[in-house]
Amino acid sequence: MNPGKFSRLITFLILIFFYIPIAVVVLFSFNASKSPVWVGFSLLWYKELFTNSYSIWKAFWNSIIVAISASFVATALGAFGAIGLYWGKFKGKDYIWIISYLPLIIPDIIIGVSLLIFFVFIKLRLSLFTIFIAHVTFSLPYALMIVFSRLQDFEYSIIEAAYDLGATEEIALFKVIIPISFPGILAAFFMSLTLSIDDFVITFFVAGPGSTTLPLKIYSMIRFGISPTINAISTLMLAGTIVISVFMRKYLKYIF
Amino acid sequence: MKYVSGYTLWLVIFFVIPLIIILSFSFLEKTPYGGVNFSFSLEGYKSLLTIGYLKVFWRTVWISIISTLITVLLALPAAYYIAKSKFKNLLLILVVIPFWTNSLIRIYAWIFVLGNNGIINQFLRFIGLIDSHIQFLYNPWAVILVLVYTYLPYAIIPLYASIERLDNSIFEAALDLGCSKRKAFFKVLIPNIKTGLITSIIFVLIPAMGSYAIPDLVGGVNSKMIGNEIARQLTTAKNWPAASAISSVLTLITLLGVILFVRNSKKEVLN
Repeated sequence: MNPGKFSRLITFLILIFFYIPIAVVVLFSFNASKSPVWVGFSLLWYKELFTNSYSIWKAFWNSIIVAISASFVATALGAFGAIGLYWGKFKGKDYIWIISYLPLIIPDIIIGVSLLIFFVFIKLRLSLFTIFIAHVTFSLPYALMIVFSRLQDFEYSIIEAAYDLGATEEIALFKVIIPISFPGILAAFFMSLTLSIDDFVITFFVAGPGSTTLPLKIYSMIRFGISPTINAISTLMLAGTIVISVFMRKYLKYIF
Repeated sequence: MKYVSGYTLWLVIFFVIPLIIILSFSFLEKTPYGGVNFSFSLEGYKSLLTIGYLKVFWRTVWISIISTLITVLLALPAAYYIAKSKFKNLLLILVVIPFWTNSLIRIYAWIFVLGNNGIINQFLRFIGLIDSHIQFLYNPWAVILVLVYTYLPYAIIPLYASIERLDNSIFEAALDLGCSKRKAFFKVLIPNIKTGLITSIIFVLIPAMGSYAIPDLVGGVNSKMIGNEIARQLTTAKNWPAASAISSVLTLITLLGVILFVRNSKKEVLN
């Protein structure tokens, strides 16, 4: 059944709806004036961003440090979790699935608030380290599910074949399981990176003084009102997003 | 089992235990500067029964439901068109780019366009149509607009995935048997993409119920949602039991909602 004119119209209206506000933000990042009235092309705000915005760059590097470290830990734990669930035979798998789905169902703000109260309760000072813990926590279930769905594409019999051919558990793990799940592990890592760099709400609650990440910095700038510097950051982040989107497209099927 | 232990331990310590802590704190007494006294109290829940709170709860529910309805109704034809289009790879990329774009940037884009100093107001002032500004933002409809904008890609992608998996011949069979296109849509397409439909509704409804940044940045005093109230109790009011009580209620509502919704839809599929 071919789609009718109606669904075509809706699709194009949605794309216009998606891109007009973004395009306007990008356009005005090149504006020579501070107020949003077009006066002429200029790279003034990029110059400002690259030479005169220490706190933005500090926040950027904080985001990068947290994203890379949290993604490594989340991917490692999540991948082994997926391998265990796929490979092992033990009781209580259902409970592991329940605590994996819960963080996806519960609103982010609850995860942020409960972690904040938890950290204060165990007297852990809020810092980049608490942000790291929070980011590992919300990335873990995604990492597990992505690697698990990659493993599910394979017949379990390949492991039996490895054993029949005399492989030890270790060899089966390193020569069979990890190689076949590798695209999933890679996808999990990039998913965790993106989730981490993107997160605002959970980070907002578990960040302490001096541990501002890029989204927190952008948030405080937006609260002061519109400024062409935010347009310039947005444009650069969008450029990064487009690269990630093209790269991640083929891995999206492991997520849904 | 040993492979799963690190994963499970991490989630138990940093997810399950914190949830148990806020549930317990919601039944304790508050101390003036944040924190709790370890004696039983229902004050945290009592404060929820004031008219102000009931209003915020009700507003959160209706804003979330309307946003979800609009989002899914727009996502369905779009997902269908993309799945059947010759240019589906390109169209999919165009949907995925906003999906990966930082949500604050997308909120900012609307403030930049519709804000009191945004381009539309600047333009109207420039041509002399208005003196000061028209306030487009800072009301519940602005919150709904930005919620739809933010979560539309989240609804399109799972719907697309489930439509793409469908075998086209079931439509041909329905049409050959004299089914109208409209009937084929409701009787063949919708029942066959139920999982995608449920996923996309959950992906929109839950973050909408728990939204914080969107009502904070584009909502006004009359459009604060539960998320904003939790943050206020935690930070400015320093009332941990109340923050924990609202969080527990919100968690309970979303969990119950998801369980009931998934179970009912499963029953319908079986029937």
